[in-house]
Amino acid sequence: MAEPLLELSGLHVHYELRGGLGRRLRGHAPEILRAVDGVDLTIVRGETLGLVGESGCGKSTLGRAIVGLCNPTSGTVTYGGETLTAKRERTRRRRIQMVFQDPYSSLNPRMTVRQTLAELLRAHRMVPKEAVEARCLELLDLVGLGPRALDAHPRQFSGGQRQRVAIARALALEPELLIADEPVSALDVSVQATVLNLLEELRDKLGLTMLLIAHNMAVVRHVSDRVAVMYLGRIVEEAPTDELFTNARHPYTQGLLRAVPRLVPGRVSEGAGVVGDPPSPVDLPTGCRFHPRCPIAQEPLCSTEDPALTGGDAHTAACHFAWSDRPAAHVPEVIQEAT
Amino acid sequence: MSEPLLRVRDLQVEFGLARGTLRAVDGVSFDVYPGEALGLVGESGSGKTVALRALVGLLPRAARITGGTVEIDGVDVGAAGEGRRRELRGTTVSMIFQEPMTALNPVMKVGEQIAEQPLVRLGMSRRDARLRALELMRLVGIPDPERRVRAYPHELSGGMRQRVMIAIALSGNPRLILCDEPTTALDVTIQDQILKLLQKLQRELDVALVFVSHDLAVIAQTCRRLAVMYAGQVVETGAVADVFREPRHPYTLGLLRSVPDFDAVRETLSSIPGSPPDLASPPQGCRFHPRCPFVQTDCLAGAIPLLELGDGRAARCLHHDRVAADVRREPVIVSG
Repeated sequence: MAEPLLELSGLHVHYELRGGLGRRLRGHAPEILRAVDGVDLTIVRGETLGLVGESGCGKSTLGRAIVGLCNPTSGTVTYGGETLTAKRERTRRRRIQMVFQDPYSSLNPRMTVRQTLAELLRAHRMVPKEAVEARCLELLDLVGLGPRALDAHPRQFSGGQRQRVAIARALALEPELLIADEPVSALDVSVQATVLNLLEELRDKLGLTMLLIAHNMAVVRHVSDRVAVMYLGRIVEEAPTDELFTNARHPYTQGLLRAVPRLVPGRVSEGAGVVGDPPSPVDLPTGCRFHPRCPIAQEPLCSTEDPALTGGDAHTAACHFAWSDRPAAHVPEVIQEAT
Repeated sequence: MSEPLLRVRDLQVEFGLARGTLRAVDGVSFDVYPGEALGLVGESGSGKTVALRALVGLLPRAARITGGTVEIDGVDVGAAGEGRRRELRGTTVSMIFQEPMTALNPVMKVGEQIAEQPLVRLGMSRRDARLRALELMRLVGIPDPERRVRAYPHELSGGMRQRVMIAIALSGNPRLILCDEPTTALDVTIQDQILKLLQKLQRELDVALVFVSHDLAVIAQTCRRLAVMYAGQVVETGAVADVFREPRHPYTLGLLRSVPDFDAVRETLSSIPGSPPDLASPPQGCRFHPRCPFVQTDCLAGAIPLLELGDGRAARCLHHDRVAADVRREPVIVSG
């Protein structure tokens, strides 16, 4: 196995909710929102790991904890053998960079592209002073923007171009690990392809390791080497991409895959992929967190015992029945004509 | 075939802006027959939402309809008085919006919002309207309706709010529901639930749907026919199965090749170069020509008509046969 670049072990990120005034006056303990609740995850140098899950499952918080935008409550982030905390020195901060979902709010509207990039290059002493200008142009060229973009403000760009600027900004510090949090979901369909292609091209050209956080399964399948599925703060399944999409073992993953609308017209599976809404991360279900929505849950096992991630080296799943040959785990896909 | 429930002919909508007028919808025509689902697909700025809103007179203040006719159930909406239009809205045609949180009244219990139409429009008694609301909530799959009927929108999840909105849309027993990106703000699992609910309602209640979305896969799942919009015009229409298998307009082809297909992993995604035109000054001739890989000199000569291709298909492209040849060489949908 290749060298692990990033290792998360027992990572928890909890937020204390202040609660209403009445609640506080009555002296109740504050409620705890468990955004990330015990994640072990390894990213190998050079690979692209896709992280999927519903909104509120903690996938963005996980990304933010890795870059150091929030402090883990417990657990460690180990990068290249050394433990990282949220407060880290410049040289360490540089190595992990992030591209955010919304290019409209993640760029400073009052700064030109030149100012945005040059500030970073200077602060981190990436290149000698006299080479800053040349490096800015080089970065823009890397993301497919011409030299004219240098003196433009974010408002003068389209969504796709802004996301290119955001990618150039992340690359300015020559990171080894790039975290892309829903990099295309705010963009129009025809523009999504260009940004996805750009990310893939840059990954190959610069040898980047990538963590792609996304909810669009088709996008994740297209870009990732390996996929981790997150549900209510935990990783519930992890496998190489093709394996996950063809042989998912966790009923949640299976449901997620069934829920994806398909391009092939008329192919519709009967019944919802996953029923109900995700429970609140403040008030988590006992036992297996997925059991209230699970089509194959068995009482009392699933509501009392929390399943651990089990399986082989490459493919793990956190379900009591992940590796048993229970046919019920695979709900047959009914194909019918749309009317 | 029966008479269309909705007949739109040459619809034109203009926005009066400081820098001039902008024609957001330019000569859009389509029919929707009773009980069928029609998809309107396009990117942001293509005019799909404006066209949909124009059908029921819900345009923003700066916009007005400058041409064309809209007939709902045989009634010319433009010629009818405001009273008749109101009667149509809600009872014959209703609408589901993208953002349930902004479309619902935040200070009114959801049960009251659902019961409002039966009470006011259908003249039911308070008691009957309340029972009707409970029945509708059950129909759209809201668990525990007796309790939820007293909830405020903020107490419900996004999926539940969208179900409430669907219940409101159904409350006047409409024959046509206009859906404006009803699942765009939702998670994929909830989107799946809502899409299946809409399909079930369409089948069981025999209502027609007009479904606006930017997501080709969502349209493929819900609609039998579609119209693809670009820069304010319909550029291709036909049965979804035919159009997706063999698109005849380069824009449709570009869109289909640019989305990652869940069922077939492609090496690279192709993309459409450039960006959509500024509608205040659209390009000469074919509006897609600056971005089109099939462009020829005749594309710039004048406005391109929507060319009939048989089998209920039409494309606004002079070179649709070359597009079709390209698709035969390299199919867009590999599986299926």
